[in-house]
Amino acid sequence: MIKSVLIFNNHGKPRLIKFYQQIDIATQQALVQEIYSLVSKRPDTVCNFLEGSKLLGGKDTRVIYRHYATLYFVFVVDESESELGILDLIQVFVESLDRCFENVCELDLIFHFDEVHHILSEIVQGGMVLETNMNEIVAAINEMNKAKKKSGAATTGSLSVRASETLRAGFRH
Amino acid sequence: MNSINSISQQILSKLPLYRLKDLIKAVRACKTAAEERSVIQKESANIRTAFKEEHNDTRHANVSKLLYIHMLGYPAHFGQMECLKLVASPKFADKRLGYLGIMLLIDEKTEVLTLVTNSLKNDLNHSNMYVVGLALCTLGNISSSEMARDLCSEVEKLLGSSNTYIRKKAGLCALRIVRRVPELHENFLSRAKTLLNDRSHGVLITGVTLVTEMCQQYPENIEIFRKAVPLLVRHLKNLVSAGFSPEHDVTGVTDPFLQVKILRLLRILAKNDQEASDAMNDILAQVATNTESTKNVGNAILYETVLTIMDIQSEAGLRVLAVNILGKFLSNRDNNIRYVALETLNKTVGIETQAVQRHRNIILDCLRDGDISIRRRALELSFALINESNVRVLTRELLAFLEVADSEFKQSMTTKISLAAERFAPNSRWHIDTMLRMLKLAGNFVREEVLANFIRLIAQTSQLHQYTVQKLYAGLKQDISQEGFVLAGVWVIGEYGDVLVNGGSFEDENKTIEVSDSSIVGLLESILMGPYANQLTREYILTTLMKLSSRLNDHDVQQNIKQILHDHSTSMEVEIQQRAVEYTQLFSFDNIRSAVLERMPVPEGRSIIESSTSENDINSHASGQGQQKSGPSDQDLLLDLMGVGTASSGDQQQEEVSVSPEPQQQQQQTQQSTQNIDLLADIFGGGGGSSGSSPIPPTTSSPPPSSSSLNKNNALMDLLGGDVQPQPSSTPPPSNSSPDPLASLGFSMGGTTSPSSAQRSISPAFSTGSPAMANNSPTLSTTQTSSSTTTTTTTNGYQAYGKNGFIINLVPAKDRNNGAIINIQVLFHNSTEGTISSLQFQAAVPRSQKLQMAPASSSTVQSGGTEKQLMRINNPQQTPVKLRLRISYVLSNGQKIDDVAEYGPFPENAF
Repeated sequence: MIKSVLIFNNHGKPRLIKFYQQIDIATQQALVQEIYSLVSKRPDTVCNFLEGSKLLGGKDTRVIYRHYATLYFVFVVDESESELGILDLIQVFVESLDRCFENVCELDLIFHFDEVHHILSEIVQGGMVLETNMNEIVAAINEMNKAKKKSGAATTGSLSVRASETLRAGFRH
Repeated sequence: MNSINSISQQILSKLPLYRLKDLIKAVRACKTAAEERSVIQKESANIRTAFKEEHNDTRHANVSKLLYIHMLGYPAHFGQMECLKLVASPKFADKRLGYLGIMLLIDEKTEVLTLVTNSLKNDLNHSNMYVVGLALCTLGNISSSEMARDLCSEVEKLLGSSNTYIRKKAGLCALRIVRRVPELHENFLSRAKTLLNDRSHGVLITGVTLVTEMCQQYPENIEIFRKAVPLLVRHLKNLVSAGFSPEHDVTGVTDPFLQVKILRLLRILAKNDQEASDAMNDILAQVATNTESTKNVGNAILYETVLTIMDIQSEAGLRVLAVNILGKFLSNRDNNIRYVALETLNKTVGIETQAVQRHRNIILDCLRDGDISIRRRALELSFALINESNVRVLTRELLAFLEVADSEFKQSMTTKISLAAERFAPNSRWHIDTMLRMLKLAGNFVREEVLANFIRLIAQTSQLHQYTVQKLYAGLKQDISQEGFVLAGVWVIGEYGDVLVNGGSFEDENKTIEVSDSSIVGLLESILMGPYANQLTREYILTTLMKLSSRLNDHDVQQNIKQILHDHSTSMEVEIQQRAVEYTQLFSFDNIRSAVLERMPVPEGRSIIESSTSENDINSHASGQGQQKSGPSDQDLLLDLMGVGTASSGDQQQEEVSVSPEPQQQQQQTQQSTQNIDLLADIFGGGGGSSGSSPIPPTTSSPPPSSSSLNKNNALMDLLGGDVQPQPSSTPPPSNSSPDPLASLGFSMGGTTSPSSAQRSISPAFSTGSPAMANNSPTLSTTQTSSSTTTTTTTNGYQAYGKNGFIINLVPAKDRNNGAIINIQVLFHNSTEGTISSLQFQAAVPRSQKLQMAPASSSTVQSGGTEKQLMRINNPQQTPVKLRLRISYVLSNGQKIDDVAEYGPFPENAF
């Protein structure tokens, strides 16, 4: 099972924190910092797996991450998930973000963190993989955004500021 | 202009931030953490007020701001009720944010959760599929067990929905429900079966996940779902053989996620089932050969396939294929792939040892990888690979790695290397060399058991005493920075100083090393004064110097030793001071000094118990816990050296082993120790006259025999360097109820306060001398009874087998902590002329009892020698212990003997 999904940037600033277990907020923050300190030291050439820390639940937990441009995408999983499979899932997640935000960059995630949550909830539910087909994911999100507009809420409007570095640059298969 | 700007900013900063965007911008503009905190605090206050005022139009914006605040790690629980209000709104946008807030802010324990159930129930029946989707998602994320019960029927209904979007979400909700309330799993059995037939891949994934979970929760479900194996195989076949399908394609592979999930479920279904395994052999072979391995997705599938092949009852050919895939993985340039390869090899090394051995060189290369995750895995695997045939090569490699390893690895590595060396050492010379090298490289990272074991090894291999002591001496001349090496060296030099001197000068690494009485003491003195000395090394050195005083004859050296001891008699460290004073005193008893300081009896052999390494996992070292766990104190170490057991790290088994020593050795010890006791008795008898400075209390002549012998024991222990726990520095209490003759001699301060473990553990060696002490511990009395009842045969224990000159004796003892457990020491004695090899010993007990066996100390018994093995019987019902034994061994003439024997029950009072 996936225990948590985290996104933070190169400086450890959280951009998305999602836990599928009950963990109080102080521990959540401590975990983000701990994982950041582990992950940020690793060069891009080394493997994307780390053994989980005490906080997370010891040896059976794996920290699986990918680094795209300015952001780290981290999945914390237990031993019942395939390490390589999760790497692919991170790719699906990021590509879905890219399609929903049209050339996603860190600022998109900052100003639309709720949207990021919604996209994630189409991929992972309750710690289990729900959907891996990008077309399905994007279609569902688009439909929901339409429904949202219809219901009269403020539109998400495009951003005036865009960081030049988009995540796509970091895609690797 | 600037001033206008700053004024406007000041005004703006006082106003509440209206939109999420504004808050985010304000937070991003903060330069310090304190600034950020104040912005957030102000905004939180504003949001609170807004919530109180029940502004419907700003609620959406406020909750979204609050969720942002929550992400930054600030308290946001006060928004829980607002989320519920949003959920009740008819607007989709509000509902969506409300549910998001519920998932993030509400935890399972809060009361508010019960209020959510109602909204969920409504929304699960909503006409809009996306609203239903939101409700399912929320339920799947936060469902409590009550919620699971309340909404189980809704989810069940939705599993049959015609809409795939709803079906797949309901599938995972069902999983959550089964997890929370396992007994509800029956409600989903039939639905789950239909999910496996679903044509939508999304639904299929969740269906497979659900079935996997149900099988894991209730193993009896495996039987039910085993019928689906052909179906799953068909799904897999379609995925593998289907050409390009744009809908499910991920970099050239059709839906790898589904393939991985199916493979995982197949693994669970076919484990321990031949028929199901046979059904999937073909498809596994097909997946293993047809999947492209250039991309990560392909490798993910291959990885899962290998795991499945290894887990099920697959054909031999298939297993070879799997190991080959792992071999390919290992040589892959991508570190991720190598990581999973090492990971998998770790799992399979027990099953496919030979196959894994083939990749040994690559694995060893991985030890030098730049990536700590890889190094860790490779290290674990390297130790698993060691066996008799490759121990030399692998140990050499591991020692080479030890030199460059991160410090956090070192302690676990030294423990594991010494374990491996002990298990597989081809000969004692190699064993000693390996340990020496290890101590030289990482002597600061050695656990005390390891050190104790090394010293035991040295003491036992008497033919190599000279070699070892010379090596250690030469090593200490070069380097005194490694504590473990220093301790071992100092102890060995003290014990075998005469051997070292008699050996004269010797060559080490092409250098001639001069040995003389004065150079030895000079070396010790330099360590004592050196920068690396700590209290422990100082203690060791003082004792060693004292021992050397009786081993070296040079008069100047004797004076030098006295001087050093004298210098330390004013040491600030109580323990050092005590030793120095006691030893100085000992010089005034020249008639007994050499006897007191004579060589320690050879400690009996025992192996490092495996459990001491299991607790020793890398994780605990990383956090520094390994240090605390490091087992017995130096006191135990020294007691160990005296050949008696100690309660080290609470390992009862280990303790029992050591408490009942081998017959001959025990005799030996007994003789020696009785001798010592006699000598001490002499002191007590006539000592008063010789040392006028310490008058003997008048009651000395009539102390109760038990207490006197007890105290003597302590005294002896002191003299032998036993590190009695640092006692309060106060002078001996004059009101001591049992007059302490030793205090009068100035040897021991308050002998009665010395640790009970020391009294207890030392006692077996003195069993003949102090019958009154037999009540100290059950184990002790056992040793004693057994030795006294069977003294005619000069062995202790009960003979369970004796043919062809091969005798097996059982020494039972009740476990000290748990009366239901009986520890039986099995002694294999070889009274033939030749060596008995390939010894295998198996035992069975009645059904009401449980048997655990530790590995035997060796499978070869030398002529006249004795090997041992420990059995542990858990006997909760206290039924008579009966044993059925199967013994097989090969005599020196090559004759192989297979035999069966029965023994039991033990006579009364046997334990």
